[in-house]
Amino acid sequence: MPTTDDLLARTLREEAGPLVARLSRRFGDFDLAEEAVQGAVVEALTSWRRDGPPDRPGAWLQVAATRNAMDGMRHRDRQRALAARAGAAGGTYDPADGTDDRLALLFACCHPALAPDARLALTLRAVVGLTTPQIARAFLVHESTLAQRIVRAKRKIVSAGIALTVPPEADLTARLDDVLAVVYVMFNEGFVSSTGPTQDRDLAADAVWLAGVIATSLPQEAEAWGLAALLTIQHARSRARFADGDLVLLRDQDRSLWDHDAIAEGERLIERAATLRRPGRYQLQAAIAAVHATGASWAETDWLQISLLYEELARHDPSPVVRLNRIVAHAQVAGPGDALAWLETLAGPLADYHLFHATRAELLAALGRDDEAAAANRRALELTANDAERRLLATRLHRRPMSDGS
Amino acid sequence: MKYVLMYTSRPDLAEQTDPEAAQAIYKRVYEWFGENAGVMADSGAELLGVETATTVKHGSDGAVVVDGPFNEAKEVIGGFSVIDVADMDAAIAVVKSWPMLDLPGVAVEIRPMVEDYSQFE
Repeated sequence: MPTTDDLLARTLREEAGPLVARLSRRFGDFDLAEEAVQGAVVEALTSWRRDGPPDRPGAWLQVAATRNAMDGMRHRDRQRALAARAGAAGGTYDPADGTDDRLALLFACCHPALAPDARLALTLRAVVGLTTPQIARAFLVHESTLAQRIVRAKRKIVSAGIALTVPPEADLTARLDDVLAVVYVMFNEGFVSSTGPTQDRDLAADAVWLAGVIATSLPQEAEAWGLAALLTIQHARSRARFADGDLVLLRDQDRSLWDHDAIAEGERLIERAATLRRPGRYQLQAAIAAVHATGASWAETDWLQISLLYEELARHDPSPVVRLNRIVAHAQVAGPGDALAWLETLAGPLADYHLFHATRAELLAALGRDDEAAAANRRALELTANDAERRLLATRLHRRPMSDGS
Repeated sequence: MKYVLMYTSRPDLAEQTDPEAAQAIYKRVYEWFGENAGVMADSGAELLGVETATTVKHGSDGAVVVDGPFNEAKEVIGGFSVIDVADMDAAIAVVKSWPMLDLPGVAVEIRPMVEDYSQFE
């Protein structure tokens, strides 16, 4: 049963992005429009929680945001010129071309000319309708730091002339990469923080929704379908990922808690992507997640298939995490001894990477070489000695669900 | 919108470029300016080497004149252009085709120009 907050979240994410885009066009000022919608979202959170959502939430938000924008205009020197451009106040509520508007806004918020850490924050605020405090809580950063980051990015969009448009065909795939990366990180952040009752927005659910919006808006983009599939399948396992606030590894999860309808939907999305015949890393990760999600148990998982998919994935994404996961899968097929021998060949390039030693510890333990396993574990921890690296490790450990399926 | 493009390079890396390859790229640079003549606004300039630079900087007893560029960065500005295009994406598209980008260490900074002075009033 959806709570009021769930309902609020769904309404806000449906309405906020298109509204920012419409008001930007109407007032010719993205910064003003975004600020006005943010104000309306904050008002909605208070008023809708108190009185329940209005009959036409989209119209309510538009009225509130338009009023805020007009107030904002009055505080500006260029008021007269812009007001003339904007036409009369009020206007009719038009939910029509919301998807195209949202997409254009999304491409602007994820523009490569913006700082990477600002892209996600701005996307969450302008496209998904989160408030600054909600985002600050999700990322464990100070509200003022975050607010500054958002303000700087918005000003750059306005002053550097970053257009709210979907890129032309020639640039689309490259620019989409940046957009998908932001949605992927959004999901990961949500997946990590989904334990706490302190969150009144489920970022992971928002990311699944946004990935779906992107794929349906750009149906020729295989990786967009791939990301939608990946996030749908991972999210389907969310109820089994925590027990009493602790992370439950994939091998120990209660598979009856998984949402099998969502997993089937994820598989359909993979097939949809496959018809375009342009494989990529999100599609391959989705395929790996699907094999995990359809295995009857950890032991009965089709490890050979997973091992082959990782081999293919390594061609698209040669990152250390992928190479390590490939070896972990190989261990299930060929045994820990064989996998350890393979792992040792990476000892040079990955010697300072904590997950190399963590993986090595796991394989050594499986071979009963407990002393060496303990030493490898200590090495992994040593490599995360400072605070920044511990934070990174915390993220990486939480990310393992995405990468190697816990 | 108007943008200033600042062309920078790394002289230490430029020295290592094969002269014949460099010659071919200079030819393409010439063509590039021809192809992009339509978006060039005002006059840009190609600058003489950084060894000719003189800097006048703040001093507590009045301005001080010194030899050399304004900072000690490895990158030096080799010239600039002013372009007038629809938006940032159009500016990026122009810059991405700058032939010198084939050379290691070459970078182009894009800066929007102040055109609306009402924001300072």
